[in-house]
Amino acid sequence: MPPLLKLILIRVGLGLLTLFLVSVVVFAATQALPGDTARAILGKEAADKARYEALRKQLGLDRPIHEQYIEWLGGVVTGDMGDSLVQDEPVTKLLGRRVVNTFTLVFVAAVLSVPISLLLGSLTALKRDTLFDTSITVGSLSLAALPEFVIGIALILFFATQVLKGAMPAVSRVDPGLPIYQQLKLFILPAVTLTLAVAPYILRILRASTIEVLESEYVMMARLKGLPERLVLNRHALPNALAPALQVTALNLAWLAGGVVVVEYLFAFPGIGSLLVDSVANRDMPMVQAICLIIAAVYVLANLTADILTILVSPRLRTGLR
Amino acid sequence: MSTPEIRVGDSDLAELEPAVVQSERRRSEWLMTLSEAWRMGRTKIGVGIFLVIIAIAVVGPWVAPYSPTELVAPPFSAPDIPKLWLGSDYIGRDVLTRVLYGGRTVILLALAATVIGLGVGVTLGLITGYARRWIDETIMRLLDVVLAFPQIVLTLLFVSILGPRLWLIVLIVGISHAPRIARVARAATLEVAQRDFVRAAEAFGIARWKILFNEIMPSITSPLLVEFGLRLTYSIGLIAALSFLGFGMQPPSADWGLMINENRIGIVIQPWPVFVPVLLIGILTIATNLIADGLGRALIGIERDTGVG
Repeated sequence: MPPLLKLILIRVGLGLLTLFLVSVVVFAATQALPGDTARAILGKEAADKARYEALRKQLGLDRPIHEQYIEWLGGVVTGDMGDSLVQDEPVTKLLGRRVVNTFTLVFVAAVLSVPISLLLGSLTALKRDTLFDTSITVGSLSLAALPEFVIGIALILFFATQVLKGAMPAVSRVDPGLPIYQQLKLFILPAVTLTLAVAPYILRILRASTIEVLESEYVMMARLKGLPERLVLNRHALPNALAPALQVTALNLAWLAGGVVVVEYLFAFPGIGSLLVDSVANRDMPMVQAICLIIAAVYVLANLTADILTILVSPRLRTGLR
Repeated sequence: MSTPEIRVGDSDLAELEPAVVQSERRRSEWLMTLSEAWRMGRTKIGVGIFLVIIAIAVVGPWVAPYSPTELVAPPFSAPDIPKLWLGSDYIGRDVLTRVLYGGRTVILLALAATVIGLGVGVTLGLITGYARRWIDETIMRLLDVVLAFPQIVLTLLFVSILGPRLWLIVLIVGISHAPRIARVARAATLEVAQRDFVRAAEAFGIARWKILFNEIMPSITSPLLVEFGLRLTYSIGLIAALSFLGFGMQPPSADWGLMINENRIGIVIQPWPVFVPVLLIGILTIATNLIADGLGRALIGIERDTGVG
């Protein structure tokens, strides 16, 4: 087997293993509940032993735990994640539109943050220690520190309620009855919040990796060979600098999956993040499980993609030398 | 300190002397990192701001004009100097008083979570970096599972099971830091474990767990200082965010995160009970991040100068 393929297969295998373990953790979460689902559904009526036992049997709670897990996992894979305890409907049905909303939000944030940070990251590295570099670096260092709700509230105060009163909506209650492209204005402030929270990381990593590559021996070698600077940058420097940046980009897209929780809650945005907060408050376990599983899966897959892209783009790894 | 006592005269052992000296040098390296970091302007600014916020949180309750739960004015009253510097909150309590009281919980809980994360992360990092083979593989795989959850999602998963309890939130935020800290500690351990003074201690037949905690741990302090600053920054954000979501401090506590949540609805007419806590949390995290950045740069500088790492 070619070493490159083997490397990729190993990563895929490890990713699947992590996904499997994640599903075990999420499944175990309900098992750790004081009392079980039957008790949660019956409430006070659980005192009625016969009814309680009957419901347990009906829900399959009397069977061994590994059988329950396999059945639950089978449901997850086929898109049946159980019913919400709060709204008597299937979890997947309630999630549908919200998943679309959240992915649209993350997509807009990614489209804004990735090009900006890649551009600024490589520019600051090329113009190192100039005023431009210093101000961008200090600015991104401060932004990187700020919790996302701090950034979001600052934007709300500035663009919605105080300084530029009404320039932007302070809440983003996306109407499920209208198509998304007619309500894009509602996506702007949450997406900009996510962008400002995530871009500094990509920018800083890309700056550091570009500088490292520019100072490396093979770039010096390429220059000594007399190659034109443009060729040195495009063929030798940037591909190697891009490898860690790809990883960080995917990592931070994964971070966005977690970042949406607080940002959606702040803007009352109807996505899976705000639904997670509501479901945790209501202890709607099937819903919490489903959302945690989606977010963790997105994270693991984004990481996997990052690793594979890194292998493909990095000449050092591609040739099997590590 | 328990460096092995060396009898000079035995030819094999005499050679080990410089290794022990090197171990001494590594021990004081974190002091070097601190002093090197202190030379940088950003560290001084960070420490300065950090101390001001700590001072507000510590001294605040002593100088607050009212009690944090006392109703002093109609809800959402505008500032009225000198009676109500920042106006009143959603049920009519003094905002300035609650700001002065509200920093302690954020800072203390964030510190506790960071210390837990550091304790668990460093222990796991040392073990995986030194044990290697299957122990290393197994622990790192398990940590990958923790890493697969964004920190806030992991915390919410556990809150949904056990309810919003403070100890739980601090514990889970701490544990969610652990894999990230463990990776740093593991990398540093891998490097230190190759050094002569560790080899020497191994040759003496000293118990491996003693080598781990007495020889290796003191040598990886510098990168851990950087991690502490970084994780403290994130802890502050996470703890405040959880209070903001309603799962942290509960009413009627005075807490910066909770204040933001409680007073959001009045933001148009009375922004102060939202703006001031947000501002304080923001500059606190910037300060701790500046300190972490200063330490990180100092560390890189020292490693470059001494050819270590």
